[in-house]
Amino acid sequence: MSIAERIPTTTRGRVGILVAGVGLWALAYWVNEWLWDAVLYNAFGMDPESRVTETIHFFLYDSLKILLLLAIIIFASTVLRSFMSVERTRAFLGGKREGVGNVFAAGLGVITPFCSCSAVPAFIGFVAAGVPIGVTMSFLIASPLVNEIAIGLLLTLFGWQITALYVVSGLTIAIVSGWILGRLHVEKWVEPFVFDVKLGGEVIDPSLGLTFGQRMQMGVEEVKTIIKKIWIYLLVGIGLGALIHGWAPAEFFTTYAGPDNPFGVLIAVFIGIPLYSNAAGIMPLVAALYDKGLPMGTLLAFMMAVVALSLPEMILLRRVLKPQLLAIFITTTGLGIIAVGYLFNAILA
Amino acid sequence: MIIKILGPGCANCKNLTKAATAAVKELGLDATIEKVEDYAAIVGYGVMSTPALVVNEKVVVSGRVPNLAEVRTLLTAANQ
Repeated sequence: MSIAERIPTTTRGRVGILVAGVGLWALAYWVNEWLWDAVLYNAFGMDPESRVTETIHFFLYDSLKILLLLAIIIFASTVLRSFMSVERTRAFLGGKREGVGNVFAAGLGVITPFCSCSAVPAFIGFVAAGVPIGVTMSFLIASPLVNEIAIGLLLTLFGWQITALYVVSGLTIAIVSGWILGRLHVEKWVEPFVFDVKLGGEVIDPSLGLTFGQRMQMGVEEVKTIIKKIWIYLLVGIGLGALIHGWAPAEFFTTYAGPDNPFGVLIAVFIGIPLYSNAAGIMPLVAALYDKGLPMGTLLAFMMAVVALSLPEMILLRRVLKPQLLAIFITTTGLGIIAVGYLFNAILA
Repeated sequence: MIIKILGPGCANCKNLTKAATAAVKELGLDATIEKVEDYAAIVGYGVMSTPALVVNEKVVVSGRVPNLAEVRTLLTAANQ
């Protein structure tokens, strides 16, 4: 029997199951707060003062904590975003002009559920519906750059100010880059077949006609899918975080990438671009480096470079964009990220 | 019955293919399962969110992976 069939159909039953779910989650979060003290210090008799114990403690505690945070963030955002769809976004953007269109496209890029494997059909579909190329690009840039999991984790780990800076700057990059691409009249650098495709058939809007149970099921399945996909990045990230936390001397990173190094942001972005992870995998590392005194602007630029500019996505987009346009896309987005890094370092210093 | 799975071959498309294959077997349907990976053809069906399930040239699901039970229901409905 599937999850959807087991979820009650009465309002009372639904509220009950949600409350029970949140209760169980809160219990697990609370247990995690003291469990590892009890296991390591009391059961195994390890010395709480020793660095090895501290590293192991950090790793276990953080792994479970991030896993629990991820579960609730992915579940909530999937259920909420199940009310949106690429189809709905396209219909909305159809009549919009550049400028306003870029702003809406970037905003919708954040809240529309979108798998990068759909990037090509979505691009073709947008163009076929008369959405300008620049506006379409704003959507495609914002979608990975302002990541809902990153928003959730930043909010819980660093507070709302840094989260707001992240969202606003990510949107700005997407709006400005898309607008510039539109101004450059880059249609000639889009693969010609894109303009020949006719939208056929009957458009099915995936956000419509779902029951409450189905939306809950989508949430649970998305949690499973994402965690299955990223657990290794997550453990490597937390492991590195634990090592940095316990073993790296405080001056080590600040000497090379601290606020005084004018090239810090540049270096972070160049390291970040070829790294292919996702926001969830990178966040534990970001948190550990922040503790060691790395400035937030550098770290946000690093994170954005990792999530927004990845080789697999470039290979996909190459199907519809000629190399010239791909190069402009990477350059404008990359420069935007670097600018944001320096700006934040200046603001937050 | 002709069943088509639309999508470039990512994990979601594979999961959908798996569910469709299992549903066909369980229901004992006489059906062929085809993969459609060509982007122009995918958009030709009006599909922008992959994966999508097409039964007898009609799009029944797009943008998500329905579970086995739902695929079974969809195929039963299309078979009548």
